[in-house]
Amino acid sequence: MGVQYIYPEYEIVRNQERCIVCRVCERQCANEAHEYLKDSNKMVSDDAKCVNCHRCVALCPTRALKIVKSPHTFKENSNWSGKAINEIYKQAESGGVLLSSMGNPENYPVYFDKILLNASQVTNPSIDPLREPMETRVFLGAKPEKIERDEKGRLIRNLPPQIQLSMPIMFSAMSYGSISYNAHESLARAAAELGILYNTGEGGLHEDFYKYGKHTIVQVASGRFGVHKAYLNSGAAIEIKMGQGAKPGIGGHLPGEKIGRDISRTRMIPEGTDAISPAPHHDIYSIEDLRQLVYSLKEATNYEKPVIVKIAAVHNVAAIASGIARSGADMIAIDGFRGGTGAAPTRIRDHVGLPIELALASVDKRLRDEGIRNRVSIIVGGSIRSSADVVKAVALGADAVYIGTAALIALGCHLCRSCHTGKCNWGIATQREDLVKRLNPNIGYKRLVNLLTAWQHEIKEMMGGMGINSIEALKGNRLMLRGVGLNEKELEILGIKHAGE
Amino acid sequence: MREGMFRNPSGCAISGIISKSGKRFSGERIIKSIAVMHERSNGLGGGFTAYGIYPEYKDFYAFHIFYDDNMAKKECETFLEKHFDIINLSRIPTRKIPEITDEPLIWRYFVSPLPTKLAASQLDEREYVVRCVFRINTAIKGAYVFSSGKNMGVFKAVGFPEDVGRFYKLEEYEGYCFTAHGRYPTNTPGWWGGAHPFALLDYSVVHNGEISSYDANRRAIEMYGYKCTLLTDTEVIAYMIDYLHRRIGLNFDEICHVFAAPFWSTIEGKPKQEREELKFLRNVFASQLITGPFSIIVGFEGGMMALNDRLKLRSMVVGEKDDMVYVASEEAAIRVIQSDLDKVWSPMGGEGVIINVEEGKY
Ligand code: SF4
Ligand code: SF4
Repeated sequence: MGVQYIYPEYEIVRNQERCIVCRVCERQCANEAHEYLKDSNKMVSDDAKCVNCHRCVALCPTRALKIVKSPHTFKENSNWSGKAINEIYKQAESGGVLLSSMGNPENYPVYFDKILLNASQVTNPSIDPLREPMETRVFLGAKPEKIERDEKGRLIRNLPPQIQLSMPIMFSAMSYGSISYNAHESLARAAAELGILYNTGEGGLHEDFYKYGKHTIVQVASGRFGVHKAYLNSGAAIEIKMGQGAKPGIGGHLPGEKIGRDISRTRMIPEGTDAISPAPHHDIYSIEDLRQLVYSLKEATNYEKPVIVKIAAVHNVAAIASGIARSGADMIAIDGFRGGTGAAPTRIRDHVGLPIELALASVDKRLRDEGIRNRVSIIVGGSIRSSADVVKAVALGADAVYIGTAALIALGCHLCRSCHTGKCNWGIATQREDLVKRLNPNIGYKRLVNLLTAWQHEIKEMMGGMGINSIEALKGNRLMLRGVGLNEKELEILGIKHAGE
Repeated sequence: MREGMFRNPSGCAISGIISKSGKRFSGERIIKSIAVMHERSNGLGGGFTAYGIYPEYKDFYAFHIFYDDNMAKKECETFLEKHFDIINLSRIPTRKIPEITDEPLIWRYFVSPLPTKLAASQLDEREYVVRCVFRINTAIKGAYVFSSGKNMGVFKAVGFPEDVGRFYKLEEYEGYCFTAHGRYPTNTPGWWGGAHPFALLDYSVVHNGEISSYDANRRAIEMYGYKCTLLTDTEVIAYMIDYLHRRIGLNFDEICHVFAAPFWSTIEGKPKQEREELKFLRNVFASQLITGPFSIIVGFEGGMMALNDRLKLRSMVVGEKDDMVYVASEEAAIRVIQSDLDKVWSPMGGEGVIINVEEGKY
């Protein structure tokens, strides 16, 4: 056949009257979508190369550019969408697995958007956060089931290791490698300033960032990249990554071209080799193996660090979580099917896993039914998009949330979903030095601080409206939630009533 | 619809009187006190707890039970006989008054767990009693144990509290501590069991307010085997007291620091030992923190505890005269029974007032 042309999804529209031919767009586009024609002194563009990341749009000094969805279409077909057809063309040509990045964009229900919050009227006063203290501090970690007293009758503080957060939000795992040095620095500094934690992801910890240790979760994934004793002891907590919401059941792959000198040092692998994380941990084929890893990590860190086990939300997530709660883990992180990724096979990303709202509700309920909810804290991610999602997640039963995509958006990400190409024009999901330096960590960290400070204010406002002045009283407080447009089964799983009830 | 099938927000009046020397006095006074706050009730529920009223049976659990009918009574008594020695049983004396109608059958039993059954259960005695109470209340239709402590009893009904007191002839009882409740529910409870106080073993709670932490508290406490069937704040608070005091072993001072934990900013300003202790309590018992407006009076064997929410969103006044301590939603409710007070004050939000009767005097 040989004819392989897929009409671009987006078109670059340049207003030639406004264009002053400054060539900024050309320099800014790592995908080389813009080109200067010397003969005619004109800019032209190749829509096929555009990933719709808005870098040129944002930097064009004369607002001459915009990106529009192409009206080009196949013959209308409710079954065979243009996307489905084009994907077949691509695979027929390449013979390869389709790759994507960031979270599942498909049209599945977003339960957070079908849940409404309560507010006080008459019988119970609302509380104004500007006048009264409104507390968002949380502690994560296992709670003792008994108290002990010393000979004087004073309480013995028999607490397993905990993490303290100024608000129930943390930055989720994004490895150095999948994102840039400057992105990592922004996250680490913001976490330190905000009194929360960020997460190294599976790529080890760059030596420059050890100083943010108190605000760091160090991750141990199946590739075990960059894991050594000092690394484990450098953070405030250790996370064992069993799965990721964007790609449950499969491992990870950082291509060799992204493994430069720094990353090779941090990951402890040779420069230029592919970094492959196997699908399972090859020392964990069952729950008792997980228990052994949990305890070897605790042993290596003198039982001073809480251990988090991160899993993707999959169909029997409640039973898995219950097993993890009994494995010695201090926290369970559950990643929903909308969770982001630097690269994942499209079919996995778009068709495997569970909405985090349902996973959270059923895990929280199961652990309570079994009387072991206090043995572990629950952290959820994938995807938390706003302070309202945070409040809803906490009311459903989460101790804290992880945000990834939202943090990257604050750093400038425009959700073009082409991280896997390594040419992020915003300096985030790239290792190309010229691109990385576009993200200024001094500005980046400040934007993250701004975002979460704003969210914290909003959380306080929503809590105050409900007459709640401390986040503990919101946790698992499902009576504060009502569903709209949900069926009986969905309400039952979420453990909430329908609006109007 | 009856209590337990829906959430029923209520405004309320509460009052409590205790003699620190364990001197017994008549129930007359608490009726007078709560009657002053008539406006704070709407006739849809009232009740009392009285401590020290059964000295002749003080070693036995006094069960007060409502029955819808004789069928329920028969079934419940069969259950009681299987699990307890019944030392004495009788109808609870009442007087017919026009203000109180539709009364259920109201019975009282003095019981002690059957030793063989208790041993076989491998539970401690109080836990055994609690489980039996839960069994009756959830499994026997039309039977409801509303009082189950030793040497104490709850008396409650649908009506204004002063009428409820007269109905039960409360003036004929003598005790060292009384608490009272007048209720202003936004919906009709339609059932006597839904009136307050709410009690389990010798712990009783009267409460004024509507807590915003309700479902967080409820879901947390249900994890430990409690079943909240009434969906009221008072019920969940009573269970939390039972859990924290009897099962965990916190003292009432510590319980105040859990229910109405000081703000973090306050905790940070405390000396080290205290700071660490408060932090520990707040962290470990985070799910027992109560938010939203409340004032509660908790009765227990040998004492009484009064507590306001952290912001003091509900009024509560304490008065003292000699060995007597009075707590009420309004000062007037204290003045009406004791106008000459040594001391009157409004405890701060979150500041617990704990009164213990002298050891050996109750
Ligand atoms: S950045 Fe704008 S003005 Fe400059 S060349 Fe491109 S389109 Fe023209
Ligand atoms: S991180 Fe960069 S490449 Fe990835 S979606 Fe965002 S803007 Fe696009």
